[in-house]
Amino acid sequence: MDNSQTDTPIEKNHDDSGKEVAIEISNLHKSFKTKRVLQGLNLVLGKGENLVVLGKSGTGKSVLIKCIVGLIEPEEGSLTVLGENVLELHDKKLNELRKKVGFLFQSAALYDSMTVRENLAFPLRTNSSIKEDEKEALVKEALENVGLLDAIDKMPSELSGGMRKRVGLARTLILKPAIMLYDEPTNGLDPITSKEISKLIVDVKEKYNTSSIIITHDIACAKIIADRIIVLKDGVCLTEGTFDELQNSENAEVRAYFE
Amino acid sequence: MNKFDVSSKKENEIEDEASGPWFPLMFTFFSEITLLTRFTVQYFRNLFIPPYEINEILKQCYLIGYKSLPLVGITGFIMGLVLTIQSRPTLSAFGAESWLPAMVAVSIIREIGPVITALICAGKVGSGIGAELASMRVTEQIDAMEVSGINPFKYIVVTRIFACTMMLPVLVVFSDVIALLGSFLAVNINGDVTSTLYFSQVIESLDFSDVFPSFIKTFFFGFAIGLIGCYKGYNTDKGTEGVGLSANSAVVLSSLLIFIMDMIAVQITDLLF
Repeated sequence: MDNSQTDTPIEKNHDDSGKEVAIEISNLHKSFKTKRVLQGLNLVLGKGENLVVLGKSGTGKSVLIKCIVGLIEPEEGSLTVLGENVLELHDKKLNELRKKVGFLFQSAALYDSMTVRENLAFPLRTNSSIKEDEKEALVKEALENVGLLDAIDKMPSELSGGMRKRVGLARTLILKPAIMLYDEPTNGLDPITSKEISKLIVDVKEKYNTSSIIITHDIACAKIIADRIIVLKDGVCLTEGTFDELQNSENAEVRAYFE
Repeated sequence: MNKFDVSSKKENEIEDEASGPWFPLMFTFFSEITLLTRFTVQYFRNLFIPPYEINEILKQCYLIGYKSLPLVGITGFIMGLVLTIQSRPTLSAFGAESWLPAMVAVSIIREIGPVITALICAGKVGSGIGAELASMRVTEQIDAMEVSGINPFKYIVVTRIFACTMMLPVLVVFSDVIALLGSFLAVNINGDVTSTLYFSQVIESLDFSDVFPSFIKTFFFGFAIGLIGCYKGYNTDKGTEGVGLSANSAVVLSSLLIFIMDMIAVQITDLLF
């Protein structure tokens, strides 16, 4: 897979340790009416890294990734994705950036009125340089990657929860994103399907060298996919580390997630 | 103290009065008007900017227009039949039974056909659009379009409003024709009138000022149905409860808007013709 479209901006961005950075967030604030959700969050996602975000419901995990793709506008802070300041981008440039960022929604968000084939081809429609037969090949390749080529002509209503997640993942991968954002990818799935989805996330990273932020409450999933884990509390990062480090943390609140 | 003298009242007392029971209602009303105006401006801005979603427009025309034909046809047929049967005794009492085709034709073409068809479509199409878009919002399908770099407003909203605007006049013409056929059948229940005589009387009774204004206003009715359905659905909140609320308020508001627009159209027609 060719990720050359995103290589240039990433190469311009390094953190203090010289590591290439895909996303850099500092002092991010977001409130809804009187409820303060994000309260000065700082986060760095390195290139090719799988970052798992843990935290109780309502701590701002989903808000965080929606801010990254510009679905929610934060009140304060800076948010740099692939070298572009998201908060300063106009619609056209923001849409260009969004094509480099894949987003797997909690419900997979498949378009009900379209078949699986049409769902996958939909993100390609704005790219007039891709011919119809090339689109078809890309759709088949993406479905093959998630093992669902047989479901190409099915409607979303005919798919199980796990299949919907896989199709959702295939749809985001079709644009060959440099960054993947997963919003509770194993939510509502049985342990076996959860494990399959988790392995798929690892495969995506290895095959396409994507940088990913994964929001989950599923510790088994986190163990499989995480290079690094951060724990959110009250809209800020409580702690961060590898799975083993946090599992053996001195902080009982952190350890509670792993018990 | 003079109750109209506010100078001696404390500031917070004035604020309390300003935030009386009517204040939230007025605030909601004016903020809805502002948001609806902004939504309308956004529609026209997106309508003329390429790329044009021709395939989706044609699909929506099929769903809104073709799929509504049976309902609109049956309603129109009953409308013409009932209007004729109900009008006959009154006209007979004045010895003006021969005016029946003309009276029915003018009533249907000028007023009853467009308004009843628009109300039927507000119920069928408006609620459908409201519920569909609200459901898409709740299940994050609209967000999914947005994050894949596609303008959901252009793809979902513009196509539906445009298809509604274009299809309602077609449905009204179809309904008018079926209503006249129903009327012809009703005339023949108690008499024997040939179709040639009946329809020549109908055509003779109609002139430009009957047909043209009523045809033009149907575009506005269609626009109102599409706009309100999309506005309510696209801006829904409150989760699944919001889906039902959006469908319901789309029907109520678009029906109200149809009557208001009709009233304005009648005044303008009276002034111009």
